[in-house]
Amino acid sequence: MNFLLIAVIVLGLIGLISAVILFGASKKFAVKEDERLAKVQEVLPGANCGGCGFPGCSGFADACVKGADAGSIDGLLCSVGGNDCMVKVADILGMTATQVEKKVAVVRCNGTCEKRPQIAFYDGRQTCANINACGVGETGCGYGCLGCGDCVAVCTQDAITINTETGLPEVDEDKCGACGACTIACPRNIIEIRKRGVKDRRVWVSCVNKDKGPVAKNNCTAACIGCSLCVKECAFDAIEVKDNCSYIDAEKCRLCRKCVEVCPTKAIKTANFPIKIIDN
Amino acid sequence: MKLKTFKIGGVHPHDNKLTAEKTTIAAPLPEKAYFLLSQHIGVPAKAVVKRGDKVKVGTLLAEAGGFVSAPIYSSVSGTVAKIDTVADASGYLRPAIIVDVEGDEWEENIDRSSKLEKLEDHPELTAEEIIQRVKNAGITGMGGAGFPTFIKLTPPPTAKAECVVINGVECEPYITADYRLMMEHTDEIMEGIKILMKAVNVSKAYIGIEANKQKAIDLFEMKAYIYPNIKIVGLKKRYPQGGEKQLVDACIRRQVPAPPAIPVDVGAIVQNVATVHAVYQAVMKNKPLLERYTTVTGKDIAEPKNYLVRIGTPISTLLEDCGGVPDKDVKILSGGPMMGRALASLETPVCKGTNAITVLSGAEAYREEETVCIRCGKCVSACPMGLEPYLLSALSEQIKPNLDRLEKEDITSCISCGCCQFTCPAHRPLLDVISIGKNKVMGAIRARNVKK
Repeated sequence: MNFLLIAVIVLGLIGLISAVILFGASKKFAVKEDERLAKVQEVLPGANCGGCGFPGCSGFADACVKGADAGSIDGLLCSVGGNDCMVKVADILGMTATQVEKKVAVVRCNGTCEKRPQIAFYDGRQTCANINACGVGETGCGYGCLGCGDCVAVCTQDAITINTETGLPEVDEDKCGACGACTIACPRNIIEIRKRGVKDRRVWVSCVNKDKGPVAKNNCTAACIGCSLCVKECAFDAIEVKDNCSYIDAEKCRLCRKCVEVCPTKAIKTANFPIKIIDN
Repeated sequence: MKLKTFKIGGVHPHDNKLTAEKTTIAAPLPEKAYFLLSQHIGVPAKAVVKRGDKVKVGTLLAEAGGFVSAPIYSSVSGTVAKIDTVADASGYLRPAIIVDVEGDEWEENIDRSSKLEKLEDHPELTAEEIIQRVKNAGITGMGGAGFPTFIKLTPPPTAKAECVVINGVECEPYITADYRLMMEHTDEIMEGIKILMKAVNVSKAYIGIEANKQKAIDLFEMKAYIYPNIKIVGLKKRYPQGGEKQLVDACIRRQVPAPPAIPVDVGAIVQNVATVHAVYQAVMKNKPLLERYTTVTGKDIAEPKNYLVRIGTPISTLLEDCGGVPDKDVKILSGGPMMGRALASLETPVCKGTNAITVLSGAEAYREEETVCIRCGKCVSACPMGLEPYLLSALSEQIKPNLDRLEKEDITSCISCGCCQFTCPAHRPLLDVISIGKNKVMGAIRARNVKK
């Protein structure tokens, strides 16, 4: 017998034995993957933003499938995909999705460069977290936007940009999925996830300054000074002044915009209202 | 004498002790004094005065707000103007009591004579009595951290104090407040050490002094003949020797383990010389903590000086007395150049822990431009805690930092001395980034402990 033949037989035997072992193992340790999982993952946006509270879209899909098995997918929401996405998920799983209000990130600072006088100069690492840890920042307002774009860096949807003229972040409503990553990244908690409102119309106080009125005004001409004029004007009891700063409850607000007119520092902002045409 | 030092890490910043031989003078009284309610680590104090109240020097303004807290006494006489907010060293507004200064009237029970009271002459002073007086006087660590001193004097039952280690190192560049105090009040400090030794019931004390203060070493050596249990330890000049863990290592060759261990776990109770002086005054003279030694310094300051300053004096008052802020780009620090905080407001008052106002001017006021890490490892050899700053900063920089990993890499051991940043040839803001990471990890640890 020549060596060639021996080699072929030995290797052939090894191959045969290995094949039998592998076959047995694949049967014994087979993992049956739920086909719904792949389907659900397909309809999710795939941004892996973590806004749902699960590690990435696959984690969320897993939670949905488990939820469906347990009988309910209530409370699970892909904030980026919104209702449309959840309806699709529910269809795949044979459940019904509860409709939730669409939300959007809102920047609650209106202290543009010209409204906030610079009192110091910072030349360290240009991130908001660093400035915030160093101290009050370049302006006197200890609550306002630091303008370095930590929110931009975490946004998986490219929905936030820093406006170079004002130095403030701006949210692109079409792209924002309200995942809330920016609210966590902002060291000053300026960004709030608010409901989009009827026809995307919103009214909010664009300031979070808790200093007393004169101090706040001194540091920023656009600051909320806690004067309570808006509270008196509001017919729906939607506005509350707490710690020298006014807050509009989006649930109660009826979008009448009376508060916007009375605010002495123009700290209350609106979005998507038709522009009023004033006749002379 | 053979000089000692700590084992790992450390850097050698330039001394710049401009004011070393300038005798301390009393700082001018301000028109308004601002008493921040949180001048210490722990719960802020609670105000006990109200608007319009008349106060004297030594009147209680605010009582301790909890266990880890300290009362605050007025350092001026006058009328309480209001209880409002004032910017602290970070620039953020914090609650403070504001007093309009009128005259200089002291509480009668404070002994203002300079007679040296000896511990032997006061047998009524038991350990408990001493600790109680220290607590009532509102004394906190005066080296900078501001931890209430009475807590340090009552170690947990698991630890046993064996010696007192006194910090006369003053390793930060520029600052000379502790040096002047040591030169001018040597006897009081020696008595203060004896008081501390009695309070914690130990028979051994060490005073660590760096070699650049040879006069102080000589003076204390001379005094030590009368105080046989107090040993003077000459130390090599090296930063951060004033950190308590480094000082314990240098003086008695014991290493404090990673947090939550504290120096008393290896038998040492560490106190700053300024704290010792304050303890002496509180126990013997019934004088609460209301003034402190502070250096106002900087290369472009017309007359840098050492002050005995009333706590609550706005920093602007001191700077004006020194000839004003130089007409250049300046960075004004509360503290020294290594660990000081850049101030955003000059109305910030002097606090219990303000050991210096350092004014860096011209090019020194700016940071060098940051470049990429060149993996030289200098930060690792400079770190006095044996950490890896390049790694900690890289981990902390991530958008979602891995807090478990950071904790495993011992980020909580960081003492924020800034050696890594000082030594980095790429001028990377290592400490700034690590501090943020450390805060996040500490937050996570606290949250975990609350859950338990």
